[in-house]
Amino acid sequence: METIQENKVIQFTENWSQPDNLSSLRKEARQALNGMDFPTTRVEDWKYTRTARITNKTFSQQPTNLAVEAYKIENLTCHELVFVNGYYDASASTILEDDGLSIEGVETLDETAYAELLEDTEENVFSLINKAYSTGGVSIRLGKNKKANYPIHIIHVITGTSVIANTRHFIELEEGAELYVITSYNSTRAADCFNNAVLEGLIGENAGLTIDKLQTEEQTVFNITKENFVQDPSSRFLMNTITTGGLLVRNGVNILVEGTNCHTEINGVYLGRDKQHLDNHTFIDHLFEHCTSSETYKGVMDDSSTGVFNGKVIVRQDAQKIEAYQSNGNILLSEKATVNSKPELEIYADDVRCSHGSTTGQLDEDALFYLQARGINKKSAQKLLVAAFVGEVLDKVTHDSTRAHIDKLFLRKFGWEF
Amino acid sequence: MGYTEEELAKELENQEYKFGFTSNFESDKAPNGINEDIIRFISAKKEEPQWLLEYRLKAFEQWKQMTEPEWAHVHYEKPKFQEICYYSAPKQTKKYESWDDVDPEMKETMKKLGISMEEQQRLTGTAVDFVMDSVSVATSFKAKLNELGIIFCSFSEAVQEHPELVKKYMGTVVPATDNFYAALNSAVFTDGSFCYIPKGVRCPMELSTYFRINEGGTGQFERTLVVADKGSYVSYLEGCTAPMRDENQLHAAVVELIALDDAEIKYSTVQNWYPGDKNGKGGVFNFVTKRGLCERNSKISWTQVETGSAVTWKYPSCILKGDNSIGEFYSVAVTNNYQQADTGTKMIHLGKNTKSTIISKGISAGHSHNSYRGLVQISANADNARNFSQCDSLLMSDRSGAHTFPYIECKNSTAKIEHEATTSKIGEDQIFYCLQRGISEEKAIGLIVNGYCKEVLNQLPMEFAVEAQKLLEISLENSVG
Repeated sequence: METIQENKVIQFTENWSQPDNLSSLRKEARQALNGMDFPTTRVEDWKYTRTARITNKTFSQQPTNLAVEAYKIENLTCHELVFVNGYYDASASTILEDDGLSIEGVETLDETAYAELLEDTEENVFSLINKAYSTGGVSIRLGKNKKANYPIHIIHVITGTSVIANTRHFIELEEGAELYVITSYNSTRAADCFNNAVLEGLIGENAGLTIDKLQTEEQTVFNITKENFVQDPSSRFLMNTITTGGLLVRNGVNILVEGTNCHTEINGVYLGRDKQHLDNHTFIDHLFEHCTSSETYKGVMDDSSTGVFNGKVIVRQDAQKIEAYQSNGNILLSEKATVNSKPELEIYADDVRCSHGSTTGQLDEDALFYLQARGINKKSAQKLLVAAFVGEVLDKVTHDSTRAHIDKLFLRKFGWEF
Repeated sequence: MGYTEEELAKELENQEYKFGFTSNFESDKAPNGINEDIIRFISAKKEEPQWLLEYRLKAFEQWKQMTEPEWAHVHYEKPKFQEICYYSAPKQTKKYESWDDVDPEMKETMKKLGISMEEQQRLTGTAVDFVMDSVSVATSFKAKLNELGIIFCSFSEAVQEHPELVKKYMGTVVPATDNFYAALNSAVFTDGSFCYIPKGVRCPMELSTYFRINEGGTGQFERTLVVADKGSYVSYLEGCTAPMRDENQLHAAVVELIALDDAEIKYSTVQNWYPGDKNGKGGVFNFVTKRGLCERNSKISWTQVETGSAVTWKYPSCILKGDNSIGEFYSVAVTNNYQQADTGTKMIHLGKNTKSTIISKGISAGHSHNSYRGLVQISANADNARNFSQCDSLLMSDRSGAHTFPYIECKNSTAKIEHEATTSKIGEDQIFYCLQRGISEEKAIGLIVNGYCKEVLNQLPMEFAVEAQKLLEISLENSVG
């Protein structure tokens, strides 16, 4: 018998329906939620992000459909998987012929195997809510030594009023497989909506996964996403998070490096305007020796926006010869903007090279003057410098169509041209 | 002869505490435990005015409501507060008339610590306020300081003779309710040092205090208050050694610095409390609250060399309240065997054009853990604030840990903040370079460690740098030259 105590989490979710699939996982999640509460700023992990703005509201599940053409990436032939308000829209999705690649609903997964694969990954109250109430998701599997012919674009759109979208995807790359995934979070002029998404997966030996994540929702949408990945020996993981939208965004990237000779790279750009609150949390856990990891996060905060970066790298005992690098740069464009940065290192092995750096400042006066002296007006000069600042990270997006799409987003939102 | 890092690590593990001796004199002790009566007893013993007793009782009330902090990256068995003796003073029948009257055993103790009074008076020109357990027993150079109007005395003496100053400044930087250990200290502090530099006076000598825990099971609750009035300057030294004891001893001190307009305070610490034996048994718990307040154009500089204590929990901080004020923090923390240190600083920028510099160097050997935890906070009004932080960690054993937890919070767009941290072991290429030039491996390691700490050691006053180097030598014996 499951007994559920009266608390805020229960209240928050009480009107939602639970699909029948994955029932044991859902039950487990609900049990874990039992007695849990939403984090306050007294909880170290949520020190700089107030979730009460989200959790004081009421959300409901609203299946619907709409035209998604606008959210597609131009000139990119890819598998397009569309989720509207957290529900899979088969008619809007396109799945191409691709040898060795299987794309199915996440409910087709064998529950026990699924649970075992990811037993070490960390859950928080939001990812548990997602687990208990997820309304859709895909399970992507790529066979041994296969390289997918086409990238996969998972399009999330949220629309309506007070909608919650709980999507949960799973990616598994078998030995030597190679895959490129784009996940985009979009919205219409939605009001008070909440995207609560989880993406998790397993990267097999020698396999390589690249993810570009684009967050471009309207400034009325809350977005809490979590990416949990486990890396097997000699695997590669690269993820770029580009955040321009959302009212309150919290990204959590957790990588468990469970093998030697792995490379992990997570990068991010966050551009805040108005009252946006953009929070990036990363966690890389080095359990084995001879691995490298690198993190570069850059933020430009304008108006009354707040940027948060909290990166953590742990090097476990005997995980020797690790090279870990973490860098966070922030530019404040307005008097009222705020930046909180907390790059952390926890090292339990001695033969390592770990470093981190964090800077907060403004555009270089000398550089601005130099450009102005050459007839470029101040506004353009500023744009140019900001573009150069975030360019270092954007250049990590190596796929041309995606890069062009990102540039267009920036142009649309900020009038910037790179 | 070849000398490898492993050998060095082994030596580090095997070497025992050098200053582990105990002097035998009877103490005037209060019964163990803490309650209102004990606080009244301490207050009565010290013949304190009513307001101070009330201050203590209020702090005790608050302390009872508080819980011990657990956020630090350290693990230890919590002290049993009811088993600690909160008052012990060396038994004295009368005040010493002159230096010759001082108990010879006490003189011997001081000699072992290398601070023989006569020598110090003659050679270094340093005034020493020596604290044996909780009561200060000797003060020198008083006359000279008196001439300039500088007050440098034990805290209890200050309470008797300058109550107006103590009442005005005590608890203004570290309020009684600041944290668990500060509240405990505010309730039961037994003695400490008080220093007041009048307007425009430049203190002609380094002021220094030696603390020493002596009675087994005695908690040490010192309180230091340094006030530098407008335009004055003082350099204050604090050094600690503790004898070898098996049970854990608690040390919860409070240090408050107040730099008024245009004043400068330089506060240097050398800490080598007993770190426990090589199996992590015993050792001092060092839970200290240190904070300074900077008014306009003033400067506070903290320098610390930390080699002792089983568990250290210490964050000397600066509140840069006044415009153009400057805060500095230079630290070397060495941990060995099973020592744990969670140390760093807080730089709170409130005023315009405020500047802060943080240089922290950690060295971990054996099974020890060394964490840097620092906060740089720029408030919305702190225009043109500037901060530079550098935290380096050197790992000397594969069972040791080095951790960095910087917090950077910026609410002002004109601020410039830089933070960088590195963690590594001594580079093989560096050692190779030295070997090529005929420097033995042992000397090379010594050279590299010395160079690594130099930025901080250079900040220490001359008289103190010698002792600090001596301590580093002891901590990393046979490895540094």
